[in-house]
Amino acid sequence: MAKITFIEHSGEQHCVPAGDGQTLMQVAIDNAVPGIDADCGGGCACGTCHVIVAEQWRDKLNPADDNEQAMLSMAPEPHRGSRLSCQVQMNEDLDGLVVELPEFQM
Amino acid sequence: MNIMLKPSSAEEVLLPAADIPLESLDVSDPRLLETNTWPEYFKRLRDEDPVHYLPESPFGPFWSITRFEDIQFVDSNFKLFSSEPVIVIGDPDEEMSLEMFIAMDPPKHDEQRRAVQSVVAPKNLADMEGLIRQRVISILDNLPVGESFNWVDRVSIELTTQMLATLFDFPFEERHKLTFWSDMATSSPEMTGGTTSKEERFAAMNECAQAFIKLWHDKAARREAGEEKSFDLITLLQSNEETKDLIDRPLEFLGNIILLIVGGNDTTRNSITGGVHALNQFPAEYDKLRGDTSLIPNMISEIIRWQTPLAHMRRIATEDVEVNGKTIKKGDKVVMWYLSGNRDERVIENPDQFQVDRKNARHHLSFGFGVHRCMGNRLAEMQLRILWEEIMQRFDRIEVVDEPKYIRSNFVKGYSDLNVIVHPKK
Repeated sequence: MAKITFIEHSGEQHCVPAGDGQTLMQVAIDNAVPGIDADCGGGCACGTCHVIVAEQWRDKLNPADDNEQAMLSMAPEPHRGSRLSCQVQMNEDLDGLVVELPEFQM
Repeated sequence: MNIMLKPSSAEEVLLPAADIPLESLDVSDPRLLETNTWPEYFKRLRDEDPVHYLPESPFGPFWSITRFEDIQFVDSNFKLFSSEPVIVIGDPDEEMSLEMFIAMDPPKHDEQRRAVQSVVAPKNLADMEGLIRQRVISILDNLPVGESFNWVDRVSIELTTQMLATLFDFPFEERHKLTFWSDMATSSPEMTGGTTSKEERFAAMNECAQAFIKLWHDKAARREAGEEKSFDLITLLQSNEETKDLIDRPLEFLGNIILLIVGGNDTTRNSITGGVHALNQFPAEYDKLRGDTSLIPNMISEIIRWQTPLAHMRRIATEDVEVNGKTIKKGDKVVMWYLSGNRDERVIENPDQFQVDRKNARHHLSFGFGVHRCMGNRLAEMQLRILWEEIMQRFDRIEVVDEPKYIRSNFVKGYSDLNVIVHPKK
């Protein structure tokens, strides 16, 4: 099972297991990682599950579609590695993935 | 002077929802909110015809989307459902077609929104918290004790108006004009079933435009004279490449000013009132809150769901599209009834119950979903949180003493009167 590390804005780290086929958002929610609101429940519609993906992992993820890019363009702290975690699909190859949480969600 | 310009259906008696043939059930009637009879109408649509077509109404033919998930689908698809030219059910006036970014599609929407959203972005809110708390305390400490007063005027309007004046750096002693203009802007009979005549509305919009043109030039002159750049909506518009010449596009200038005023006015105002009303209707929840004030942040989301201060948003289909088994044709008007989706039993357990400790309380439609999602959501939540923290410090109970009076509109779901007596803590 892949292990994912979420780093809160405070620096606190959460290393948690991810099931195959889950979204990154679901992984965070299932493991009670703080800082992910996910108001819309995973529909790419609220921008409150924003994460910043560490550089070496960015091109290993399924790419962001138009809808996700439109939502991300409104994020208060946009970053080159910004993703909505509800749109990132987990698989075994992502074992070791590291993502940071922004200071604030939209 | 308010004249009663009623859409034709409003001349007739309001029937119980069950007595109306489904095909002619008209949820755009502004009296449904005014008389608080809307729940049965929308429940009927959710249960029997969740994507409902009404071929004739005072606002023209329109589709009603009434279930949570269908609303989320429409709201998140800006390519299939355009927000232009307006986001309320009635069509705009030919003579005064204001342009605002809530009623623009990407990419123009994105440019204009980006120019102003940082003023209410979470990063800046921490700086405002102290000021908001100070004002809340001053408002609450000056309330009459032991006598009945209208909570809407003394607290809800006063607090939101003060906040608006700050966000715009608008002359503080003239702040009540902001509220007046906002109320005028949203109460057109043709657009939302309100009661403000066209002449009255035009006069108010004109006055608003003149005041903000003056404010714009004043601020520009002060900056040129070397005054330090302040952090407010006008200054941000002036400092942004896309909007620095907004003043030269009058309908767009006024439109966006009105949008920002309305966005920060009715919404928070009616959530402030709705919370007091809800806790009085559900006294066991008030007890729960008194027992554990750490429930306040969760309760704020629940208040915003339960109140749903804006009842709907409208879209136009950009191509033929199927929603929950019905085919909506290109060009059709589609109305997402947020107030109905927020009471959808399929997604929200016991949705008519107000529950301060509701699980997953953030999962509501009141802020909308997709690129037009409310940009002031965090400010609204913060204002409400601070207000309730300070209320719970001071008052054992805010007692509602009369039936509330509601606004006539199909857009603003709100109160004109909520008479209360406050009972300080012993």
